[in-house]
Amino acid sequence: MIIAEKVTVSRSGRKLIDTISIELKPGQFTVVIGPNGAGKSTLMKVLSGEMKPDSGIVSYYGTSVDLCQPADLAKRRAVLPQATQLAFPFTALEIARMGAVAHGALNPSEEARKALSRVGLRGFESRPYPSMSGGEQQRVQFARALAQVPQAVVDGAPRALFLDEPTASLDLGHQISVLETARDFASAGGMVLAILHDLNLAAEFADHLVVLHHGRVVAEGACHETVNDDIIASVYGIAGAVGRVPAAHIPYVLPQSRHR
Amino acid sequence: MKALAMPFRRTGEGDRTSQGVLVLFLLAILLVLSCLISLHVGPTGVGLRDLFAYLTGNGESLTTQERVILEAVRLPRTALGLLIGAGLAVSGAMMQGLFRNPLADPGIVGVTSGAGLAAVCAIVLGGGVLAPVAMLLGSQFLPLMAFFGGLIVTWVLYAIATRDGRTSTTALILCGIAIGALAGALMGLLIVVADDRQLRDITFWSLGSLGGATYGRVLSILPFIAFVMAIIPFVSKGLDALILGDAAAFHMGVPVQRLKRIVIVAVAAACGATVAVAGSIGFVGIVVPHLLRLAMGPSHRFLLPGCALGGGALLLIADAVSRTVAAPMELPIGVVTALFGAPVFLFLLIGKNGIGARDLP
Repeated sequence: MIIAEKVTVSRSGRKLIDTISIELKPGQFTVVIGPNGAGKSTLMKVLSGEMKPDSGIVSYYGTSVDLCQPADLAKRRAVLPQATQLAFPFTALEIARMGAVAHGALNPSEEARKALSRVGLRGFESRPYPSMSGGEQQRVQFARALAQVPQAVVDGAPRALFLDEPTASLDLGHQISVLETARDFASAGGMVLAILHDLNLAAEFADHLVVLHHGRVVAEGACHETVNDDIIASVYGIAGAVGRVPAAHIPYVLPQSRHR
Repeated sequence: MKALAMPFRRTGEGDRTSQGVLVLFLLAILLVLSCLISLHVGPTGVGLRDLFAYLTGNGESLTTQERVILEAVRLPRTALGLLIGAGLAVSGAMMQGLFRNPLADPGIVGVTSGAGLAAVCAIVLGGGVLAPVAMLLGSQFLPLMAFFGGLIVTWVLYAIATRDGRTSTTALILCGIAIGALAGALMGLLIVVADDRQLRDITFWSLGSLGGATYGRVLSILPFIAFVMAIIPFVSKGLDALILGDAAAFHMGVPVQRLKRIVIVAVAAACGATVAVAGSIGFVGIVVPHLLRLAMGPSHRFLLPGCALGGGALLLIADAVSRTVAAPMELPIGVVTALFGAPVFLFLLIGKNGIGARDLP
């Protein structure tokens, strides 16, 4: 279990996140939503141990994150960052392999290959990363994160997957398949924390939804409790958009409808 | 090491492990050949047959003169070239990894100038203001001074050119130009106050040469280069991860700040040591890593050992050229590496796959 208790981060006089408490539970897919500048990425950085909060505590299974070595943390959680550019021509396989090396895989190339096929990039192993499209690069990075935590639970200890806008620059089909892979990870007993901008995807995949606004948690809980007109209007300034069909002349595509 | 045990294992698409091992093997052969060339060529040729006989322990066929030349001149010179070439190429590759930028080279960004300035300080002020330090450090005075000069410049560069874990190529290169100019000006000042003997030392040294190679010099830089080579296995995984950014490297378990400190010290150690004994020898640190990236991919687990082998080989060949093309005159080796390296460097910048064609972060 990964727990943040009353964490606050201030930068140049402004509180990026303000006394936030959040708990990542095994088997749970937690999604953070909120407008730009709400503090979503900062919260993820604090939870992943990358950023030290100015006050408050982050703990992994009761151990404060300050006391964990980077190598220990790397075995317990993997992070998918936002778009990454490289000046060196690593192949897709070599990037994914770094994740496998980070958790101490015995055969990192083989695990990297598996991770690439999990994100639908079988056959792309030898492609130089800088020559791939933005969406393909994003999936290579996802494969790297998966290769770092290939199993959701190891020796009874659940692993965590942190995804910072995993669907950015992906087409609809791949958005869904990436989130389905993450949900499988949670179903297998792992912890997932994803930052999403697409409220429809958030509503479909989140077991637990956290709504951030101005660095504070304004709502959290199951989707049907948190995604309602009041909250969406107060956070995004868009009223009357929840659960309503648009005007007849505008076509609309709702990915969740595929389950009907 | 597992990979070395089965060098030609088929590892499949996208995995350049076997390719890396193969290139390392070829580089090792190249290095042995260049050592032989370095021992063989010169104003007094030592026949290859005699050379082999000598190296295998039956040197009876050699004349005393040949034996003296080999033992007093060629062997220390070859050893020195080996260490310097390896040090320059490895420190270049490490610096490019640290700055996440294939154009970072200790010579281009001013580390060599900083080390050089410190070395000139040591030569000119070693008998005066710095005499107590010189007494204390003895024969290690010059290399240590150059090391600290290089260390200060690398640190300053990193502090100026890197913001939020990203290095600006423009800031890096401009900073290198400014540091180079400053170091040049301060050297000019020191040259004014230098006496004749010191001037000769400075001139010899600033051209870059393996000329006065002695076992003493080999021994004085050995600890520095040995340190740099010894850390290769411990930094290569971290440098690979660092290419993805500070945050990603941390996520993959790399203690980022510690890694950077170690690499900065290693770059300064290699530059300082080589500058102290051979002056500034340019382009080895950028050409060797770049050519090897083309041959074996950018992964540091093969690139760094490859640079150690390839850098040594390249410098020995350059030195052999410098001794033979204008014989009995000897070209400064810095001239040879620049004549070969600068065009290669320009070539790397142009073309659709060139460094200049890519949008660097």
